[in-house]
Amino acid sequence: MSDELSLDSVSLLLVWTAVAIYALAFIAYAVDLARRSDAAVQAQDARAQRALAGVGARGGADTVAGGQDAPASDRQAAPRLVWARIGTSLTWLGFLFHLGATVTRGIAAERVPWSNMYEFALTGTLLIVAVYLGTLFRYDLRFLGAFMTGLVVLLLGGGTLLHVEVVPLMDPLKSIWLIIHVFVASLATAFFAIAFGLSVLQLLQARRERKVAAAARASADGATKTGPRFLATLPTADTMESLAYRFAIVGFIFWTFTLIAGSIWANDAWGRYWGFDTKEVWTFVIWVLYAGYIHARATRGWRGTRSAWLSIVGFTAVIFNFTIVNMFFNGLHAYSGLS
Amino acid sequence: MSRPRSDGPDPLRPADHADSDTPHGASLDSPTQPALGVVGWLRWMWRQLTSMRTALILLLLLAIAAVPGSLVPQRSADPNGVTQYYADNPDLAPILDNLSMFDVYTSPWFSAIYILLFISLIGCVIPRTKHHAKALRARPPRTPARLARLADHIETRVPTGGSADAAARTAVELAARDLKKAGYRVERYDARGAFSVSAERGYWRETGNLVFHASLVGVLIAVGLGGGFTYTGQRVIVEGTTFVNALTDYSSFNPGRFVGEDQLTPYAVTLDDFEVSYQPPGTEAAGQAGDFAANVTVSYPDGTSQSGQVRVNHPLGVAGDSIYLLGNGYAPTITIRDADGQTVFHDAVPFLPQDSNMTSLGVVKVPDGLPEQLGMIGFLYPTMQELETGAFTSVYPDLVYPVLTLNVYAGDLGIDDGTPRSVYTLDPEGMEQLTGGETGVDSIQLFPGESAELPGGYGTITFEDESPPGAQEFEESVKRFASLSIHRDAGGPWVLLFAILATVGLLLALFIPRRRLWVKARADGDDIVLEYAGLARGEDPTLGAAVADLHRRHEAALIAALEDERASARP
Ligand code: HEM
Repeated sequence: MSDELSLDSVSLLLVWTAVAIYALAFIAYAVDLARRSDAAVQAQDARAQRALAGVGARGGADTVAGGQDAPASDRQAAPRLVWARIGTSLTWLGFLFHLGATVTRGIAAERVPWSNMYEFALTGTLLIVAVYLGTLFRYDLRFLGAFMTGLVVLLLGGGTLLHVEVVPLMDPLKSIWLIIHVFVASLATAFFAIAFGLSVLQLLQARRERKVAAAARASADGATKTGPRFLATLPTADTMESLAYRFAIVGFIFWTFTLIAGSIWANDAWGRYWGFDTKEVWTFVIWVLYAGYIHARATRGWRGTRSAWLSIVGFTAVIFNFTIVNMFFNGLHAYSGLS
Repeated sequence: MSRPRSDGPDPLRPADHADSDTPHGASLDSPTQPALGVVGWLRWMWRQLTSMRTALILLLLLAIAAVPGSLVPQRSADPNGVTQYYADNPDLAPILDNLSMFDVYTSPWFSAIYILLFISLIGCVIPRTKHHAKALRARPPRTPARLARLADHIETRVPTGGSADAAARTAVELAARDLKKAGYRVERYDARGAFSVSAERGYWRETGNLVFHASLVGVLIAVGLGGGFTYTGQRVIVEGTTFVNALTDYSSFNPGRFVGEDQLTPYAVTLDDFEVSYQPPGTEAAGQAGDFAANVTVSYPDGTSQSGQVRVNHPLGVAGDSIYLLGNGYAPTITIRDADGQTVFHDAVPFLPQDSNMTSLGVVKVPDGLPEQLGMIGFLYPTMQELETGAFTSVYPDLVYPVLTLNVYAGDLGIDDGTPRSVYTLDPEGMEQLTGGETGVDSIQLFPGESAELPGGYGTITFEDESPPGAQEFEESVKRFASLSIHRDAGGPWVLLFAILATVGLLLALFIPRRRLWVKARADGDDIVLEYAGLARGEDPTLGAAVADLHRRHEAALIAALEDERASARP
């Protein structure tokens, strides 16, 4: 053991920095959601006031950008969402540290940095953040920011508890399929994670929409409780659903590939492509669950809320597979690096 | 959004598909009320089985049913785990066994689910394939009368300054050409002053869906049939020895149903030497073994031979078989002589590794040549260290300070009556222990090259030093063995083929948008009124953009064309 800072301890330091920055990003995103709640409340008050004073008689609405009676989703682009911007900037910063941590770990280990639990967590969460940030170029999903950064803080922070020193790979892991199979599985996880976040919001939004509709039927007074206020500033449940679906099908393709690549690898390493080893079972279960989700989307009576639940169950299984199955289930996939 | 009835080449879906036209599952929920008769009921049940809802429920059941197999050890994957489970849970285990919990994936209930699922799948795919084959030859459907009712609709007005009727015709011609170039199938529907083109694309979406589902059936059949033509056999082979690919030479052999004994190619495999490297002491993961390689020579019946290497992740292909490396260990060479110095036993005995430092356990059986049958239970410590208790342990897996200890038993080995006994275990029941334990006689303890007296004056035992001449230390003093597994997998390549087909089908089915576009033009005074509209057939997030794109491209092209016409019309 040398006193100088080893490359791996540099990596670990970068990880902790990244976790701290992600935690700050989480706070910023949470503030953003709270602000959105305020905006929603003010919009509602403004509407109420206008209703009292006669349409257009008061200027009380100018605190809320675009505070007309337009549906919530149409107003989305209007507010400047300063806190969301701060959240995103912090996420980018955290990502850079995170990337640095992953690369230095790879250099320290002289191989791809995804071959034990600690490294799975490191690379897996890096991909989650990368896919989220990449998505922001196309869709404004910053309302998912709190969820994404929160998830990453938990997984990456938890992952550091599993930190192990760099050791040479065990023979079965010395394979091109380690590089492909595990990477693609992590990528699939990233897409499933976003789909999961969207599905949860879809459920909340659907509940709010039902309550709003019920309230509208019951009385013209908008004072009934309709769940978290920030929802009023987010896209409709329908929009959430088709977005979630788009992420889930990309994840599903990657997962299908993971399944096939894993079988090819198993055939090389163990002499059979499929043996219902615990990890194989869970990969299969997840695949079937998401196939079910895709089916549900196309089945009358299942589209909407019920299919969203399947997306949630699917992602729960993914996380279960990554954590509990890796650490506590016996099987041939004994590569967590923990003893 | 209300959709036109499926007048055109729409894919055929189960009645409860979300995009289906059938009003709320009517045909599903009520077995068409009045007296149905047997045929009616059967038809109704078949409808139920091939509905989306049933497929979905069966998929979810399949996912749930697969889970127990990861919680409880399975006979197929982990037979020792099952034995252990019986020992640990003597009350629970038989109950679970009755529920097939140790054979989940071949259990009646698991089989029932996937068989029903696949019947449903086939029942669903066949009619859809027929329908789709027809649809592939059909023309795009008639342009709807009121395009404005569609969600994605753009209407513009272009002044022509000349004959609006001719310009409208030109406009639709242009649109048809453009759409055709973009991969649409197009059909003109011109009538009474209104010209239109109806275009459809994305037939590959349904094709992909059908290929995907059909390939799943392919995978299942390949797995099922392939298993019948597959065999695996295991064999332990010590450095310098040879085994022949014949049934009698395997220690265990599992043939599929359709494998005949005569199908084995009688090649011979000699283990020339076995390589392994260990992380040196003082490093992270000291003692971790890796880079296992069995260097072998394969001799074929026709007299040719070839050398090869079997490594983890790199099976060796021989005559259509694949040879895998399963494990390895030490096989100390032991010689036993009787009191007269006659050799009664001489063999390299594979000792099974017990821990990561290769403390190895083995059994020596001497049935003949001595006054009594002798059995010995031995431990090999590649790098021996004595614990404070006086017990031995191995602290490093390589041969640094190898010690062999043996406890000797005399009596009936129980092998004369023909009962098969494992060569790796000795049942000392009914035998007399001569050394170790409570006998008061020390266990035999040997370094390579050393000999010792057997108790009772039976003779001597030697732990042979196998080091080649000039070797230093003990590094090569003990031979190694490799345990090899020989496989023939007839189904594998087919499974892979269908899996790849399924993936390709899936990509097409999920990412090719299926849509219809229409462009309609009619004269209105000197202007033409242009309408662009699109209709998604299934998930299609980019439809709006496609309509807007078409509009932009087409309007520009049209204005340019009208300019040209005017220019050439001028004298
Ligand atoms: C082994 C069982 C099955 C699996 C794993 C499975 C999986 C899938 C997947 C992944 C998709 C999405 C890809 C696509 O749109 O083509 C899909 C779509 C579809 N499946 Fe299945 N499926 C199974 C059985 C069935 C059965 C039994 C039926 C008939 C009742 C069926 C009918 C459909 C239909 C109609 C679609 C198209 C949905 C749409 O319009 O988006 N599938 N299936």
